[in-house]
Amino acid sequence: MTIPAIDPAVPVLDARGLHVSFAGRTGMFAGLFGRAEASARAVDGVDLQVRRGEVLAIAGESGCGKTTLARTLMGLERPRAGTILFEDKPMPRDLRAYRRKVQMIFQDPTGALNPRQTIYESVAEGLRIHRVPGNEKERVAAALSQAGLRPPERFFLLYPHEISGGQRQRVVIAGALVLNPEVIIADEPVSMLDASVRGEILKLLLGLRDELGLTIVVVTHDLGMAWMIADRVAVMYLGRIVELGPAEEVLTKPRHPYTKALLDVVPEAGGLDRPVLTGEPPDPTRIPAGCRFHPRCPEVASGRAEAAGFLGRCTGEDPALRVLAADHTAACHLAE
Amino acid sequence: MSVLSVRDLNVSYTTQAGDVPAVRGVNLDVARGEVLGLAGESGCGKSTVAHAVLRLLPVGARAEGEVLLDGEDVLAMKPGRLRAVRWTEAAIVFQGAMHALNPVRRVGDQVAEAMTIHRQASEREAFRRAQQLVEQVGLPARRARDYPHELSGGQRQRIMIAMALACNPNLIIADEPTTALDVMVQAQVLSLLSGLQQEFGLAMIFITHDLSVLVEACDRIAVMYAGRIVEEGPSDLLFGSPAHPYTKALAAAFPQIGDERFRRAPSGLPGDPPDPAAVPRGCPFHPRCPEAIAACAREDPSLLKLTVDGRRRAACIRVDRLGAPEMVP
Amino acid sequence: MGMIGLVILVFFIATALLAPIFVSSDGLDATKATGEPLQPPSLEFPFGTDDLGRSVLTLTIWGSRVSLLVGFMATLLSILIGAVIGIAAGYFGGWRENLLMRVTDWFLVIPFLPLAIVLASLLGRSLFNIILVIGVTSWPGTARLVRAQTLSVKTRPYVERARALGAGTWHAITRHILPNVFPLIFANTILVVAVAILSETTLSFLGLGDPLRVSWGSILEFAFSAGAGGAGAWWWLVPPGVAIVLVVLAFTMCGYALDEVLNPRLRRR
Repeated sequence: MTIPAIDPAVPVLDARGLHVSFAGRTGMFAGLFGRAEASARAVDGVDLQVRRGEVLAIAGESGCGKTTLARTLMGLERPRAGTILFEDKPMPRDLRAYRRKVQMIFQDPTGALNPRQTIYESVAEGLRIHRVPGNEKERVAAALSQAGLRPPERFFLLYPHEISGGQRQRVVIAGALVLNPEVIIADEPVSMLDASVRGEILKLLLGLRDELGLTIVVVTHDLGMAWMIADRVAVMYLGRIVELGPAEEVLTKPRHPYTKALLDVVPEAGGLDRPVLTGEPPDPTRIPAGCRFHPRCPEVASGRAEAAGFLGRCTGEDPALRVLAADHTAACHLAE
Repeated sequence: MSVLSVRDLNVSYTTQAGDVPAVRGVNLDVARGEVLGLAGESGCGKSTVAHAVLRLLPVGARAEGEVLLDGEDVLAMKPGRLRAVRWTEAAIVFQGAMHALNPVRRVGDQVAEAMTIHRQASEREAFRRAQQLVEQVGLPARRARDYPHELSGGQRQRIMIAMALACNPNLIIADEPTTALDVMVQAQVLSLLSGLQQEFGLAMIFITHDLSVLVEACDRIAVMYAGRIVEEGPSDLLFGSPAHPYTKALAAAFPQIGDERFRRAPSGLPGDPPDPAAVPRGCPFHPRCPEAIAACAREDPSLLKLTVDGRRRAACIRVDRLGAPEMVP
Repeated sequence: MGMIGLVILVFFIATALLAPIFVSSDGLDATKATGEPLQPPSLEFPFGTDDLGRSVLTLTIWGSRVSLLVGFMATLLSILIGAVIGIAAGYFGGWRENLLMRVTDWFLVIPFLPLAIVLASLLGRSLFNIILVIGVTSWPGTARLVRAQTLSVKTRPYVERARALGAGTWHAITRHILPNVFPLIFANTILVVAVAILSETTLSFLGLGDPLRVSWGSILEFAFSAGAGGAGAWWWLVPPGVAIVLVVLAFTMCGYALDEVLNPRLRRR
């Protein structure tokens, strides 16, 4: 199998102008009388380039669209508009070949494994779907080893309920590795694992990047986790990326008020006296006009935006991502 | 004066495979106005301790020891007294607020229910007080007429807190109150709990696996592992310079953003929290402990004092041998 | 409870299968009847005789073959249609699901008896028609059950993982949906068989069955039309009636027992 020459300058995944919406559910009568629920714009115009070999964290609260974005990059959701390029070529309609290159790890390791299948069968499933030639047993053993389950043979005949949560996640990772992918998209890979076990899985993911050159996209709500493993961080709010840059920059010198607010509420010693945003994560079916963050923005609420003469722009104009520093962009009128 | 005093609490569940010890010899004290954090992962027994305080254990669970609530032993109470004590002296904010509310009744009615059960007020008065409580937890009073599905997760959690306050208890036990919530909503709920606790001078036990939350919200923390307390002490000291290897590992899972030491250096423990039915011999943590020595497989250490006044303690023989780590009184 | 049900079932099935070995089919032939008409039970005829002098025992044993056969065949038809439509509707969703469910609803309201009468008058009286009628009117129940279960299984993360791995529809359905839906189908099948046998009895009793075949329902039909009740020939009515009750009861008991077997597994997980 010839490996095509990879140009390191070309992003491995390139999403342009991505829009993903979910139609509101229309009850039978509501539909008859013309009242349809507004559709939820889960991903509302995202441009994102994933660089080869990097660990990119997509962070945000629930409802911000990060999971939808990840699933769209996997091909599990179809965008309403926009394109996704994989290695500079558009994502093919027939996704089977694509799925060999881009694989996914799920949030719930217990749910992600069919309880009636042995570990061996779960890992081999990918090989069988794609009818990969060669010694299946060797490949399964190699993948389990790479995922840290050694000796692999010991796990072949076990069922998911006979192993622990951390081990199950490793099985899911092995199931992804067995296809030799180039990109792994991890949706909250450790949030459902015990705290003391998370580090091991994160270490594994970093190790896979270092040893195999994998590109890893991690979706998380936990900025601490992003600090631990990410090279770059993209912060999402209501379907848009509001800040993007190197982890050191975004997490220690944030430019967007939302990122600042998120970092402010990360718990730490010193008590609870810190500004907390009011209100709830907003509803993707009712996206505010102007800057979508302005109703909750502390800069607006405190009057600083008005004092600086930006209030009109904040309420009227949707800011685009602007470059503020080297490789660091944010979508905020005030930040410029 | 201790609002709650737990002495040598042992809880075991009877299963087909025999008796499973969920809590093995736990001692706790919570004073009026104090917030105690109980940290630990799945299977460590922290939820069981919480339920034991109000004797809310399931059928098939046996509790031994003393649980003194304002001086009275809950485990020895007659059923009538127990029912009177429940909610009026201590209340629980349960885990998973989404499911703890009856979906077909208004939330205000559910908050008022505790008061009418304890005959503290007529139905009308109880509902009015429920509306007051709803306001105190940060929601407009009219939301008391809503049904649970009309509220968001964070709002439902606030209702659970209002319910817990309904009968003016002295002690509130919050069992993973923010686990399923977003960080922003979590911060709001923590703020709320802290505010209420200070305003009413409540004693509080805060149970979660998230050590960083406990550091913020609690005065003292007790870390549990395999049914035992393995370390306890003032929260900032415990988090800042943990003595027990398990506490160190738990603290490492919640990094300080901005601290270079945590950058690209995740560390975790091999293996998993032990199954209560199969706790390892000797120190239950030794199979996973990065600092274990040969003696750890034989000796099961009890909580050893790390400071003269006993405010900091850890159940690790290595700490004792090395001498107490540098302590700030 | 399930064991008792199983034992009863095995007994009846064995009797039905082994009937030709032990009891000659001559006993069904009216021209070869050896007994006196309407004789009460005796040593020679343990269940007595019918109005043509045939041994009721022979009739009952041979009747079991038809009753059970029709029951099983009708159930097979019903389950096959119901399972396929249920899984397709649940898995594909969208307009396909809507279409299939509306068709299911339509069949759900087709009245059982009038359909049977219409078919009998159009196509003549035969066992095949009975099987058809029962199958056609009972599959919607299975379909709705299977669709609900499919919907539940479809959303489980491991099905999505299979899709993420690159699985197509066939793989997802056969490897993941079907194995998790099958236990429900099986439990449902047991109960449908019981209903099918009862339905066959009803139809034969009303005279819509094959006039040339003996089934429990047809025995009862003959008995009633010959005035067995009035003549006090209880031995003609009781055996087939009791047999029907026992078989249906046995199936129901097995169904309950299966429920218990399936649930602990879910609980354990």
